[in-house]
Amino acid sequence: MPEAVMPQALSHFLVGSAGLSAADWLALFVHFLTLSLLAVGGAITTVPDMQRFVVREHGWISDAQFTASIALAQAAPGPNVLFVAVIGFNVGGMGGVLATMIGTLLPSTTLALMATRWGDRNRDSRGMKSFTTGMAPITIGLLMSSGWILLEPTRHHALNVAVLVGLTLLLMLRTKVSPLWPICAGAVAGMLGWV
Amino acid sequence: MFWAFTSLAMQGFGGVLPVAQRALVDKHRWLTVEQFLELLSISQVLPGPNIVNLALILGDRHFGWRGAVAASTGVLLAPLVVVLMLAMLAQQFSGQPLVADALRGMGVVAAGLVVSTALRLSMGLRRNALGLWGCGVLLSLTVLAIAVLRWPLVGVVMGLGTAGIAAAWWRLKP
Repeated sequence: MPEAVMPQALSHFLVGSAGLSAADWLALFVHFLTLSLLAVGGAITTVPDMQRFVVREHGWISDAQFTASIALAQAAPGPNVLFVAVIGFNVGGMGGVLATMIGTLLPSTTLALMATRWGDRNRDSRGMKSFTTGMAPITIGLLMSSGWILLEPTRHHALNVAVLVGLTLLLMLRTKVSPLWPICAGAVAGMLGWV
Repeated sequence: MFWAFTSLAMQGFGGVLPVAQRALVDKHRWLTVEQFLELLSISQVLPGPNIVNLALILGDRHFGWRGAVAASTGVLLAPLVVVLMLAMLAQQFSGQPLVADALRGMGVVAAGLVVSTALRLSMGLRRNALGLWGCGVLLSLTVLAIAVLRWPLVGVVMGLGTAGIAAAWWRLKP
């Protein structure tokens, strides 16, 4: 391997290739810190805002990279929240992973540990019930928006995309197959140039 | 506890919760089904990933803060390494048109998977105290503000969330 390549590959691995400034790193960390506490219903509900921030506002990664990050995470085992780490890696290498994952997990885990005892006692209170009742439709709206945003790179193939999404819905809602199967089917559909 | 959570996390494709129920309730007997559902409902009210919150709370109850650390790192660490290796591979070969094509196709399915979660959850809205109309209005306004107008999430969740919770508070009047 030529000598000049190694340091560059290493720096891509450590801090990515987007060339983030100190202010960018801080902004990235703080943005994910804020989203953490808004992620009622899981981190996936904050996908639209992550996309708005890293793709639209800063242009650190493209639409296609953003959607691919989430697709990759879904094809791997483990909690869904790990898609955040993949976005972080594509934005800023291992530094990006640390900034986004610590940002995402720190506030919510702290709150979880503090609230568990309180929540145990007040689970059936009117306040808690109002919270879950009032937030439920919003969470579902956010999930639907996330789905829409993930289609940003492929939306121009409207018909084929609609068919593939429809088949995925059918499989997931009507059968008990593992999501790994539709993901593989999607990879094949992509390679055949259908979407 | 670390290994138990590592092992259940590595078996969960597209969500760890179903595996978690089998491992924690049937295999390790750390929880009864009722306790599992109760923990799950607390984890769902809290912001953040459900399975991580569940691991934290369960670890904390059994072994204090050390249990919380063991369980939550167990659920995250090994899958994190796997997914980052995948991400590196994908980055390495992103110049290959076939890899880019495959990822694009997988992205369409990823969108479908998220929407399928939304549809499954929306079955629960039939029992929601806000009624179908109330839920429909809140849901549509959320989609309009986030997906169409692309407004920042903070304002939208604060605004619509306050409205939704206030409406629910009023409807749930004893």
